[in-house]
Amino acid sequence: MTSPSLDKSTPAAGTSSSGGEPILRLSGVTKNFPMRSGVFGRTTGSVSAVAGVDFELRKGETLGLVGESGCGKSTLARLIMGLLPVSAGSVEFEGQDITKLSRSGMRPLRREMQMIFQDPYGSLNPRRRVGSIIGDPFAIHKIADGEDRVRRVKELMELVGLNPEHYNRFPADFSGGQRQRIGVARALALRPKLLVCDEPVSALDVSIQAQVINLLDDLQDELGLSYIFIAHDLSVVRHVSDRVAVMYLGKVVELGTAERLYTEPRHPYTNALLSAVPLADPDRAAQRKRLVLVGDVPSPVNPPSGCRFHPRCPKAQEKCAAEVPTLDSGEGVALDPDDLAACHFPVLPGEDLTQARSALTGVQATPEAVFGAIGSNPGSGDPTNRDSTNGDSTNSGARA
Amino acid sequence: MALLEVDDLQVAFDTEDGRLRAVRGLSFSVEAGQTLGIVGESGSGKSVATQSMVGLTRGARISGRALFDGDDLLTMAPENLRALRGNQIGMVFQDPLTSLHPQYTVGWQIQEAILAHEQIRKGEARKRAVDLLGQVGISQPERRVDDFPHQFSGGMRQRAMIAMALSLSPRLLIADEPTTALDVTVQAQVLELMKKLQAEYGTALILITHDLGVVADMADDVLVMYAGRAVEKADRRTLYYRQHHPYSKGLLASVPASAAHAPGERLIPIAGQPPSLLHLPSGCAFHPRCPYVMDVCVSETPELLSVPSIASENRPSENRPASENRPAGGHVSACHLPPEAVGPSPDAESRRERAVAAGRSTPVAVLQDEGAA
Repeated sequence: MTSPSLDKSTPAAGTSSSGGEPILRLSGVTKNFPMRSGVFGRTTGSVSAVAGVDFELRKGETLGLVGESGCGKSTLARLIMGLLPVSAGSVEFEGQDITKLSRSGMRPLRREMQMIFQDPYGSLNPRRRVGSIIGDPFAIHKIADGEDRVRRVKELMELVGLNPEHYNRFPADFSGGQRQRIGVARALALRPKLLVCDEPVSALDVSIQAQVINLLDDLQDELGLSYIFIAHDLSVVRHVSDRVAVMYLGKVVELGTAERLYTEPRHPYTNALLSAVPLADPDRAAQRKRLVLVGDVPSPVNPPSGCRFHPRCPKAQEKCAAEVPTLDSGEGVALDPDDLAACHFPVLPGEDLTQARSALTGVQATPEAVFGAIGSNPGSGDPTNRDSTNGDSTNSGARA
Repeated sequence: MALLEVDDLQVAFDTEDGRLRAVRGLSFSVEAGQTLGIVGESGSGKSVATQSMVGLTRGARISGRALFDGDDLLTMAPENLRALRGNQIGMVFQDPLTSLHPQYTVGWQIQEAILAHEQIRKGEARKRAVDLLGQVGISQPERRVDDFPHQFSGGMRQRAMIAMALSLSPRLLIADEPTTALDVTVQAQVLELMKKLQAEYGTALILITHDLGVVADMADDVLVMYAGRAVEKADRRTLYYRQHHPYSKGLLASVPASAAHAPGERLIPIAGQPPSLLHLPSGCAFHPRCPYVMDVCVSETPELLSVPSIASENRPSENRPASENRPAGGHVSACHLPPEAVGPSPDAESRRERAVAAGRSTPVAVLQDEGAA
């Protein structure tokens, strides 16, 4: 390893944002895609795909990025990699703002940051031999050739659990899980420090997913890698991540340690998202309450005013439609400076959101249409729920 | 008698490389109002099995019986089958964009489904289509009924497909990965909708999925398929907490947040890959990947045998919904391991290990870790 001390730092939990040394720092990252129409391709509007994202990734850490399709997580990954220009904001990799770099200035940094893609079938050229695919980075960056390159490629294949003797085979000779290993080997060729994984296991069968997840885990320990891990499977993200960022319509609505975020989510959207995750455990699935959001994610062309989640939120007040909440630790509520939520009325531990009702009229016809409590037994525990709702409504009323 | 009784279903395709046996002797039954989950990885035959029953597999060699309300779907005249399809048997597929015709409005397509089976006026059919769209949770259905499929989001399209499948209140609904292409929040909406409609109409549901979480939430009984065969079938709780087949056990151990382990614990993948259906392993098709492989597994195909149920369970029974207290109608598993070795308990594990120690004449080289093949 050429780079100095890349020891696996301890999981970031507990360290304050300024304490841990970040490998990546995003401030106000924004991306608008212009919409063109008509014969002359005039710009008629813009899609706000990523709207001001700030976070840091620490060395040796895995940051999970979750959200529904269209929330901007894949766009954000491309902005981090410098594959798309930002509209505003900065992406600092080891202190250097990559958004200001030219193509040639970017090139040395490309060695340090690599990406793994979702589709192990589409991302490998079917006509080229696996050895030469994995060796590409050496050729592009003119690092090793001839015997040396072959030796290094074989080392990489061994590292990711492929048989080095298969150097001359074609991608078609490998299964989905093995192809994903090829993608990982190629990404690791130049000893990067940062790996952005965009849905790395989504296309794989369940029994194979676990193989790739364990591989990424081992490589992180061995090589001290930092990961941005994007996946729509929230159980997988919880499994691999130290911290998790939840995105909704281009904004990070909550960011926190995986453990806390999954057990005590503070943003109502995180609550709804997590309660929708299927659990492969019938008893736990039967016990929990499910919040089913009604309606679809609004269009990012005309995002809602104030908090972008307010039209679907069970706790929405007038303030939510008027003011954009900042991603902060909340006054006096947060226990840990690492736990951030962008919400005017964060969910308190033990609060039952299935009983909450939006205070905004005209947003949804009936309160029941905003949230339906399903999966909970209507007979059981109702009085306590009602109590907590009353307590809560006075609470939020006082704050509003 | 059950609404659907499938007996020794076999489906094969003749390919250039030889005969591909996609389904090799599958038997199951579904009662009205019940949900059967069929779980398996790609290539396990779970989709082919149900598609062949309703005549959607072209060029397949099919044998066996599939009795729907007493009539054999496999030998039925095509026009009779067509009359059943849509009317009494509804279907929802994974990809809602390709299942809807892009050049017709959503409402027109639902109307057409109704008019194909019922003698009613067009206006009436349209009214029903609007009603149905409202029922599946599409807002302003009277306006959206004239939208084209591309104007719907993925979740809405899938809901429209469900509306279409339910337009004639079928007695059996076959849902093949109905939520796989959807986000979790939309998935939750669609699953709740199917549950609600099932309760309302008493529809029998066959839910085909690779997602063990979806099955844990929805199914009464679960059938696990591997390489074209049923390897285990049990009611939902038995399958998750007292499973017998090493493949079922392996599937649960390889998904995060399952009953098999605590969050954050290292996942235990199943070694190797699913076999090619053209060249199936001898004996038990799972034996090359099985950590408990014995000599007999290589030579003899295990039959689906009943696994004795044990009265005492370590989980308190009051958590169980009443529907699951019905007599455990057959936990069956196709594995040579002793039938008492069920679930993850240390006792069961030591029983397995003892059986394996006795059942191996020579030390077998088992694929120890991930994808070494």
